Amino acid sequence: MEKQYETVIGLEVHVELATKTKIFCGCSTAFGGAPNTHTCPVCTGMPGSLPVLNKQVVEYALAVGIAANCEINKSCRFDRKNYFYPDNPQNYQISQLYFPICINGYVEIETPSGKKKVGIHEIHMEEDAGKLIHDEWEEVSLVDYNRSGVPLIEIVSEPDMRNADEVIAYLEKLRETIQYIGASDCKLQEGSMRADVNISVREEGAEEFGTRTEMKNLNSFKAITRAIEGERARQIALLEEGGEVIQETRRWDDAKECSYPMRSKEDAQDYRYFPEPDLAPVEIDDAWILRIKSSLPEFRDAKMERYRKEFVIPEYDISIITASKHMADLFEAAAAISGQPKKVSNWLMGETLRLLKEKEMDAEDIRFSPENLAELIGLVDEKVITTSVAKEVFEVMFENNVSPKVYVEEKGLKTVGDADALQKTVEEVIAANPQSVADYRNGKEKAIGFLVGQTMKAMQGKADPGMVNSLLKELLVK
Amino acid sequence: MITDEIMEYVGILAKLELSPKEKEAAGKDMDSMLQYIDKLNELDTAGVEPMSHVFPVKNVFREDVVTNGDDRENILQNAPGEKDGMFVVPRTFD
Amino acid sequence: MSILDLTAVELSAKIKAGEVTAMQAVEAVREVAAQKEDLLHCYVTFDAEGAIKKAEQVQKKIEAGEITGPLAGVPAAVKDNICTKGTLTTCSSKILGNFVPSFSAQAVVELERAGAVILGKTNMDEFAMGSTTETSAFGITRNPSNAEHVPGGSSGGSAAAVAAGECFFALGSDTGGSIRQPASFCGVVGLKPTYGTVSRYGLIAYASSLDQIGPLTKDVTDCAALLEALAKHDAKDSTSVKREDTDFLDALTEDVKGMRIGIPRDYFGEGLHPEVKEAVLQAAKALEEKGAVLEEFDLSLVDYAIPAYYTIAAAEASSNLERFDGIKYGYRTEEYEGLHNMYKKTRSEGFGAEVKRRIMLGSFVLSSGYYDAYYLKALRVRALIKKAFDDAFEKYDIILGPAAPTTAPVLGTSLKDPIKMYLGDIYTISANLAGLCAISVPCGKDAKGLPIGLQLIGDCFQEKKLLRAAYAYERSVICTGKEA
Repeated sequence: MEKQYETVIGLEVHVELATKTKIFCGCSTAFGGAPNTHTCPVCTGMPGSLPVLNKQVVEYALAVGIAANCEINKSCRFDRKNYFYPDNPQNYQISQLYFPICINGYVEIETPSGKKKVGIHEIHMEEDAGKLIHDEWEEVSLVDYNRSGVPLIEIVSEPDMRNADEVIAYLEKLRETIQYIGASDCKLQEGSMRADVNISVREEGAEEFGTRTEMKNLNSFKAITRAIEGERARQIALLEEGGEVIQETRRWDDAKECSYPMRSKEDAQDYRYFPEPDLAPVEIDDAWILRIKSSLPEFRDAKMERYRKEFVIPEYDISIITASKHMADLFEAAAAISGQPKKVSNWLMGETLRLLKEKEMDAEDIRFSPENLAELIGLVDEKVITTSVAKEVFEVMFENNVSPKVYVEEKGLKTVGDADALQKTVEEVIAANPQSVADYRNGKEKAIGFLVGQTMKAMQGKADPGMVNSLLKELLVK
Repeated sequence: MITDEIMEYVGILAKLELSPKEKEAAGKDMDSMLQYIDKLNELDTAGVEPMSHVFPVKNVFREDVVTNGDDRENILQNAPGEKDGMFVVPRTFD
Repeated sequence: MSILDLTAVELSAKIKAGEVTAMQAVEAVREVAAQKEDLLHCYVTFDAEGAIKKAEQVQKKIEAGEITGPLAGVPAAVKDNICTKGTLTTCSSKILGNFVPSFSAQAVVELERAGAVILGKTNMDEFAMGSTTETSAFGITRNPSNAEHVPGGSSGGSAAAVAAGECFFALGSDTGGSIRQPASFCGVVGLKPTYGTVSRYGLIAYASSLDQIGPLTKDVTDCAALLEALAKHDAKDSTSVKREDTDFLDALTEDVKGMRIGIPRDYFGEGLHPEVKEAVLQAAKALEEKGAVLEEFDLSLVDYAIPAYYTIAAAEASSNLERFDGIKYGYRTEEYEGLHNMYKKTRSEGFGAEVKRRIMLGSFVLSSGYYDAYYLKALRVRALIKKAFDDAFEKYDIILGPAAPTTAPVLGTSLKDPIKMYLGDIYTISANLAGLCAISVPCGKDAKGLPIGLQLIGDCFQEKKLLRAAYAYERSVICTGKEA
């Protein structure tokens, strides 16, 4: 009988925190500056410089740890991880090994066989490295330290996952939780969330874990899935041939769908961790933990439960809206202002999702305010504009958050309520389309639709279709 | 005993390349230093917390406020190699 | 009386009184340097022209009443591991031979705020690793008392410059005795403050958990004045302590009545030169005569201080010195193949033998499989040593002993046997391991005329007691006319 293998997967997830400044200095974390313009002696490892810890980093790490059901290490310390590489200006990274801030937590994911807990081994704080750019003309690389010292948390899971679906569910759960806290935007493509996957295989039913490899360079959920499947197949093939899996770090090439080992003999992978003498210990008392706990937002599961009770909107809408805290906040605020949750939901599920997809944006990137969305709904309700005009206004509002009222006023988009003007247009349409008029009068009721359309067109959409319809009927029976 | 292999390995960690003669002398020095350090094993330290910090300070923080502007000129002024506002290093592969 | 016979505080008083100008003070020191520097080589960088310009600015501010402190207008020197904006800062190493910092160390900022005029940067053992100033990549410094002898180290240039009159006071740094031991060898006052008292921002680190910047001065009063100027909380250094008790000049009274002074027997045993022993015990007696209460006690754990110290210091140094890699600043090797070869050649050519020895040792004791046995063991012993001192300070206000087992050795005799050299630090390193304050005060000379240093060790944050005892001793010598 053919051997059956089980895959065992654990994740190391790095999340870039949404602080304004770096972890150990007052340099900006903003993207997009010219190379080395967001640097100082501290984040470039100048002799004599010293780190000072950004308090917000601790607060975010605590919030994520508490949300992930972790124990908090009340006396947490930083350690130095020593390795030489040009993107690492001190040639050591300040990280945490011996006393990380959070330990022993879990998150719950949905699997086909029900809920499952994925253990969190630890969460620790550390600094990001700079960026290496390969020069186009010479055999050299160039170093930009703008990202050096940007705060990260690393979330290390237990080896509790068994397939790619569970991995994706775990990552989505982490992302959702961290986004809800506001600790990071967690974008895989942009690198603000990075997952390294530890993977091993063992025969079904075996107690011992197999030798694991670590897969790096995975920047999308699809790449993660492919890498897990590829590495599982590679390891099984090795074992079937009577070979052995070597514990190593491998780089996934998603275009070629294969991986290769990353290290040379010059990388001994012996990081010589020791306590960072330049930083004071961080002592976290119960009051601090309590304060963070009480500041945590309502998370998605609780929010969905509440929406089911409070709002009459479909389950599907609830799940989409709550997938992003930003969208959920927008929904609730607009619903409260307008008193029309269903209509708010319709705008979000319809036009908003359409435009996000078209412009390749995330829900977090939505810029229009709940006040403006509510205002737009009000304009339609009060028949100030027609639905088709509203869609046009929405696109502009989506783009730059204009006030619909102001925009409609400026562009003269109000529905024409002037009965004389409408009557005049309808009469013109009747006169210009004798065939349709005849059809209608001969009992083809559908012909009125064409005439309504022609009238709306002549009015540039600014007429109320209901009014047009009744006026046409009135005139046509004459 | 400090072997050549250990010296080679420590050289990789510390990014130091010693000539054979230096390596021999350094190995000998290290051997005698470590023997000397072994004296610490005369002391019973069971249950003693390792003391990494002697100062009575904890929770030293910065507020999350940008205080630094563009300091690139100063940061690059001592660089052995500079190009396009960046530090030049031998080609890396990753 | 020549300007050069004045202490820093005396000179400043004359400058403020309009009897002397800051520029005249710089000129006086420049003349001394012109005569002695070729032989002694106290400085790596000596910038008389720049100092004159700074003196002119300071003089104006003094005349305008903007600077009034006790060190206003006084020419000073700074050890070359302390960053000075726009001035070469080399750590006496080839690897930083061309390094010009873009910022000044906080201690330098405080000096300038106090109105001191910085003349230049003093020679030292490379990266402060050594006790003779012979490991400098830029040549040795000689002892002003006898040019055939070392000045001590690693702050040998600073101590020699003060002793020779090539400055009125200097900044040094002390990781295992690097201020107190050269102070002792050169016959000046040197103080290592309690860890956290002086900002380390801008001090190029050797062993971060042990390093402190401190004063090297002509007498105890200058020492108190300088410490008062330096002891400021600094938000840029996470290990900096907020202290309220930094009015050190006010602590200078001769009153040591009832002061309990502990004398560890272990500091007077084997290895201590008889002449040093005699001088130190004489000094103890002088304090007793002024009303201090002496008592011998056991401090046997000090035997373990050296191995613990060298493990911890080497480990931290191996990490602190990783940043010197030929990429961001300093020396880069001429020819190399690829990144790792560049690292190795740059560092192998850029660092001297003693620095490499300590980096190798430090990398080893932190490496996988040895961390617990060596590094953690040393940290545990450190905790025991700290506890032993805590217990001692329950009983004593001050601990008294020699600063070094001998007077300054002859040039070229120390580096051959590292362990023997390390043993010379036996009396000083405990204060670093335990974060204590300690001072070395001249207490006589040996038969060859080489100075001997009395060391007083105080509990953390007890600099006032330390300075009071040192001052009382210094006054007793002056009053009785004994030569110090």
